Amino acid sequence: MDVYLPIANLSVNALVIIGLGGLVGILSGMFGVGGGFLTTPLLIFYGIPPTVAAASASTQVTGSSVSGVIAHSRRKGVDYQMGGVLVVGGIFGTLAGAALFRVLQQLGQIDTVINIVYVLLLGSIGGLMAKESLASVRALRRGEKLPAKKRRHHPLVANLPLRWRFYRSGLYISPLAPLILGFVTGILTILLGVGGGFVMVPAMLYLLGMGAQVVVGTSLFQILFVTLVSTMVHSLTTKAVDIVLAVLLLIGSVTGAQLGARFAQKLPPEYLRLLLATLVLLVAARLAIGLGFRPAEIYTVELLK
Amino acid sequence: MKAAWRIALCLAAVLLTGASEPVLVPEVSQRDIQIQYGFTGAELLLFGAIVYPGGTPPARDSDIVVILKGPPQSIVLREKQKIAGIWINAASSEFRSAPGYYAVASSRPIEKIVDKRTAAIYEFGLDNLQLSPAGTIDPEEQRRFLAGLVDLNRREGLYKQQEGSVEILEGVLYQARLSIPASVPTGTYTAETFLVRDGQVLAAAVREIEVRKFGFELLIANVAEYRPFTYGVCAVLVSLALGWLGGVVFRKI
Repeated sequence: MDVYLPIANLSVNALVIIGLGGLVGILSGMFGVGGGFLTTPLLIFYGIPPTVAAASASTQVTGSSVSGVIAHSRRKGVDYQMGGVLVVGGIFGTLAGAALFRVLQQLGQIDTVINIVYVLLLGSIGGLMAKESLASVRALRRGEKLPAKKRRHHPLVANLPLRWRFYRSGLYISPLAPLILGFVTGILTILLGVGGGFVMVPAMLYLLGMGAQVVVGTSLFQILFVTLVSTMVHSLTTKAVDIVLAVLLLIGSVTGAQLGARFAQKLPPEYLRLLLATLVLLVAARLAIGLGFRPAEIYTVELLK
Repeated sequence: MKAAWRIALCLAAVLLTGASEPVLVPEVSQRDIQIQYGFTGAELLLFGAIVYPGGTPPARDSDIVVILKGPPQSIVLREKQKIAGIWINAASSEFRSAPGYYAVASSRPIEKIVDKRTAAIYEFGLDNLQLSPAGTIDPEEQRRFLAGLVDLNRREGLYKQQEGSVEILEGVLYQARLSIPASVPTGTYTAETFLVRDGQVLAAAVREIEVRKFGFELLIANVAEYRPFTYGVCAVLVSLALGWLGGVVFRKI
């Protein structure tokens, strides 16, 4: 079934895109991540121009985080105050990211930068996750319990001036820390089309020291608003949001997420984390190899308006 | 019917004025190509008649060259090179008038029909494209970039050279088939037909073809371009609605 994408200016097989969205949806349902880090590279691999892929993927992430935010807020799993600070940081991040995007595009280096950032980010976070989950899987096999980690924020965070109380997160820290974290993930959202959950969740746990019960909900809350702003910024600057592409992806991912959530209940969380870590590392390795190999196309055309 | 009338008119003109040059009466199967949701490309039939003074074709064979060309675009062509172990865009070149689509069909291989000079003047063939490079770069580099662009677009089906694909019937009717892929740019295309004999272009004629988005696709493209704020809001709302709906539907199942 061929569908013409009016912004990407090419026709794609709708079933392939829906299937791709479904696959990403299953993973996001299983692991509680947005899955943007898979959507963008897969779309580029399929032949969608990188800018359109990143812009439309961020639109899709908005849709796929809605029901998560609703579910978590019912459970009181969202710290709105913390989320608000993160969103403000995120909005500044998207604006700064848009400026950076334009400069890199003019230099012709946007694709390379997207790839390198992906490799570094996925490689380091995947590595950390793999290390942590391997330790807990081993402990699980031996029947031991890992010593409960003391929940503490990073000394760097403790040294920042000005302190606020974040009741739901159980924190008394400077709002500058989440503001900066939001800013960084905002840049990533614009550049890569990712929600940034896979950066935010570990940062909230290990840098800010937030309570685990509000981490995922608050992260989803921030992702929802920042991808929303990112869609607007892309619409106004790059004009690369393909609404048809986003809808096809969403049809797949919304369905897939429900299936994924059911799979997740059948697997122990330690194994789930190890699986996710493996997947992230595989994507990073594939992209890293791609940087070094002679690409299929040496030449690329960019239209001047 | 239109074509028939035109042929009749031309014939009359030729007979009345007693002109000695042949005249081409070209037509295309589709003057207006509409890009809609299921668009996967189009196949065009370019055909027509060669009207000779006196009405009888000469004993010697003539050749036909048909060129279908998309709107000229201003582009930057970037070239990747391996630097410090990774492939990055290292060089670039600007062209002010690269056609977004170019296809040439001829009744025999072009080098057998005309000499190099004539081929260059009439832009017969992919080697003779005039792209107006901007800035001063050395001819060696220019050739490399040109070859890169032609090769890239050829593999994407945007540039093609089909020698020997024009059929000429009884020396007076000709036809050629050219396909355009889904990824073509929109705009006004020109279909040029040339009648060539003894290395000389005897007659030429042009028809225009409009390639445009239509209906829903046109609406989306226009809103995105001219009302970006509305477009962004719509994209967000659609995405929120679908996400929310999915959650509601699946909770009930």
